[in-house]
Amino acid sequence: MNSREITTQISKAADLLNLKKWDYGASFSNDYSVQVDRGEAKQLKASQKQILTLRVWNQSNLVGITTTSDISESGIKKALKQANIASDFGNKNETTEFSPLAKDPIKVKEVKKRNPVGIKKLLTLLRGAEVKLIESHESIKSVPYNGLSESFFERVYANSEGAFRSYTKSQASLYLYARAEEKNKKPRSSGSVKLGYGVEDIDIETCIKEASNKTISHLNYSSIKTDKYLICFSPESFLTIINAFSSMFNARSILDGVSLSNKNSIGEKLSTEALNIYDDGLHEKNISSSPFDGEGTPTKRLCLINKGRIENFIHSESTARIFKTIPTGHAGLGSKVSVSPDWIVVEKSEENFDLKTSLDHSTYEGEFVYIEELNAIHAGVRASQGSFSLPFDGWLYKNGKKISIDSATVAGDIKYLFKNIVNIESSQEITTSGISPHIWVDELSITGDA
Amino acid sequence: MLSSQIKSNEIVFGSCNKDLLEEIIFYGIGLGADFVEIFIENTDNSSVLAEEDFITSVSPSFGRGAGIRIFKGKKDGFVSTNDLTKHGLMRSVSQAIEMLDITDNKKEVFNGLNQHRDYSLSKKKWINEVPSIHEISEKLLVSTKFLKNNNKIITRKGSYSRSLQEVIIASSDGTYVSDIRLHQTVGLNVIASDAQYRSSGSRRFGSSGMPNEFRLWDNEKAANDVFESSMNMLYADYVDAGQMPVVLANKFGGVIFHEACGHLLETTQIERGTTPFENKLNEKIAHESVTAIDEGISEGSFGSLSVDDEGMEPEKSVLIKDGILKKFISDRAGELRTGHKRTGSGRRQNYSFAAASRMRNTYIAKGEHSKEDLINSISEGLYCKSMGGGSVGATGQFNFAVEEGYLIKNGKLTSPVKGATLIGEAKEVMPKISMCGNDLELAPGFCGSISGSVNVTVGQPHIKVDSITVGGR
Repeated sequence: MNSREITTQISKAADLLNLKKWDYGASFSNDYSVQVDRGEAKQLKASQKQILTLRVWNQSNLVGITTTSDISESGIKKALKQANIASDFGNKNETTEFSPLAKDPIKVKEVKKRNPVGIKKLLTLLRGAEVKLIESHESIKSVPYNGLSESFFERVYANSEGAFRSYTKSQASLYLYARAEEKNKKPRSSGSVKLGYGVEDIDIETCIKEASNKTISHLNYSSIKTDKYLICFSPESFLTIINAFSSMFNARSILDGVSLSNKNSIGEKLSTEALNIYDDGLHEKNISSSPFDGEGTPTKRLCLINKGRIENFIHSESTARIFKTIPTGHAGLGSKVSVSPDWIVVEKSEENFDLKTSLDHSTYEGEFVYIEELNAIHAGVRASQGSFSLPFDGWLYKNGKKISIDSATVAGDIKYLFKNIVNIESSQEITTSGISPHIWVDELSITGDA
Repeated sequence: MLSSQIKSNEIVFGSCNKDLLEEIIFYGIGLGADFVEIFIENTDNSSVLAEEDFITSVSPSFGRGAGIRIFKGKKDGFVSTNDLTKHGLMRSVSQAIEMLDITDNKKEVFNGLNQHRDYSLSKKKWINEVPSIHEISEKLLVSTKFLKNNNKIITRKGSYSRSLQEVIIASSDGTYVSDIRLHQTVGLNVIASDAQYRSSGSRRFGSSGMPNEFRLWDNEKAANDVFESSMNMLYADYVDAGQMPVVLANKFGGVIFHEACGHLLETTQIERGTTPFENKLNEKIAHESVTAIDEGISEGSFGSLSVDDEGMEPEKSVLIKDGILKKFISDRAGELRTGHKRTGSGRRQNYSFAAASRMRNTYIAKGEHSKEDLINSISEGLYCKSMGGGSVGATGQFNFAVEEGYLIKNGKLTSPVKGATLIGEAKEVMPKISMCGNDLELAPGFCGSISGSVNVTVGQPHIKVDSITVGGR
């Protein structure tokens, strides 16, 4: 069945069950991926997946939900029946409705259609990349984590009031994580990830070069003294922090009591007036963009922090109604609808007079720690408390030298971090999770071995 | 007539599918595969969430699909699909064969499937014995109500999830197995707040193959535990960073061994060349007080199974005996590529993942000391009563958050501290586990790795690590 036929099938089955109000989200995908190990194909993988999430409203306007991978006529009937049963337990205190924007026009990015290159081509490309990466430096002995994949999928949202929207898309990804070893030294590992709409869009050479340079640059390492340091966050690491604490801008988290913000936090000053943060799922550089969210609301650019102050929260239909605003296109589709950011864009505002502009990661000659990449986010972030303690890959810049740091963690509090931003560099960099310049923060604790 | 034709052309759970499975395997072998494995599943899951005094989410889900794996030499191709018809399964076999670029004429022999080993016979009634959504909802609401009478508790959550997975496994070595797996887990979470102070507490419980277990869950004790933990930590100061001895509590303290050492003993790590223990079999890799086990047989434990996802019954594997490395955790691909015998540890999240060598119930065996012996032996250090999550980097460094910690001074527990992180490397820390307590206990968890998220148990008695880096402020 195609998506129109599924909609018709659901409509017919719902009529038979006397279910007047329903909506659904579905995705259909074909994925292909390869991994290699020292020139040999390690695992070759293909999958065809379909998943359907159905919501129904009972006569008391309470919602029930069911998810199924069985999109046969009988599977759809069973899912509707189960969703109807689940609706007896629907949340009476926070009702859910269709998004008022579910029929608004959406902006679908014009992207040239990519066709699958096939497993053999993927394998040839990845083998070649592995060989080049190993040959790039004598210390690189293997590329233990690697993969090249392509995915072709369709996403659909429809409801019983006639909303129907779908889009098809392709995406490809390459990751290369090399392992370098030198005598009497700990092995070091680092890598690079590249995304594209299709395999032909992926910059394989740059991925190899980045993985090689990052891995090799950390071979001569030293431990760092436990102390407080001036920190320069790379664009990638700063975006990691912002995403980890995105509950500060998340209306769902606020209602659930797990956010540092509250309903009255709009306008609260968090940081220097030089800081602007947006969520911009439709940004032209966002390969993973989606034109609508799980409830069918169009995706849009939203300002989260304007000149250092909280400007907006991200919303689903129900949180928007509670906050007396409109949905922002950040909802999932569930019994309890989740809310999450799409693609963060960090930039320097016009009000940047208080910044220490002499702090530039490529020219500053004083002592500082450069955090290239933060690790173990799920373990080291306590978003509801605002604290973090995270291992990182990075360098200590001292006396004109750049020294790779051996196993250390950076710890702090997100509000303290925001308050202590001392510079936002002008030049932004594009990463897989958003766009940001380098950000400088004063006085963060680093735990090392020394 | 039409009905029987349809049945013979698709997998039907609860029926004999032998002819169809043999036909598909013959097809793969005939095309030149060395080995063909078919994993088929049908799932019936549900979850319930209680927040404050209301049920806020009930989410049933159903799924069915097949994962087909073809080996040629040491290479394998894996295809997953939701299409369980003969046509769909054969198309998947063809796709896997094509991916592997099999062109030689050498044919393996397939002698048909062995007698059906049906582990599901006594388990078919489970679906009718598990608690109803109504029963679960009532108990979760009672649980969150236990936490109500304190104005510092600002968030109260209770959650339950149940996974019922029916599987059929057939392969060209004759394996033909059916099983039903039931996993239930229930958890309580709170956030406490007072002015600028915030803390959280959580406890999770889980079982496998025990439909009645949720009814026996002592929710009042769990609520008291989680409340006490959050209150103890509410006004805690941040810990000072540094090197120090630590005592890790029993139960979930075992997560460090699981993450930092257990994963390095999986054959997938040997295949990748990412374990420092690859050539250390029968060598000392840990303090002589350490014996570590991985097994899938403890009744009701979250990581237990009747049969693994490759059709092998799980064994009890002594990984480390008195500090000496004795065994690796291995699956079919691991045996093929590294030579380490299978241990009944081939596991996967669902049909869309190929099985890999994964831990089951993994724990450090009990020693002879009391918890007090361990604490009394330290003049200044840290007691980690409750561990949060953690992770291990590509070169073996680990990082674990301490959810509930206390300073040890002169052999006594003193003030609570927050923000502590344990940092180290397995091969450096294992020799420093100098004392093991006599109070081994297990705790359920979910482990995410190459073949998805699987149910596991971690465990240990109280243990003392002579020196480890503690990250703080």
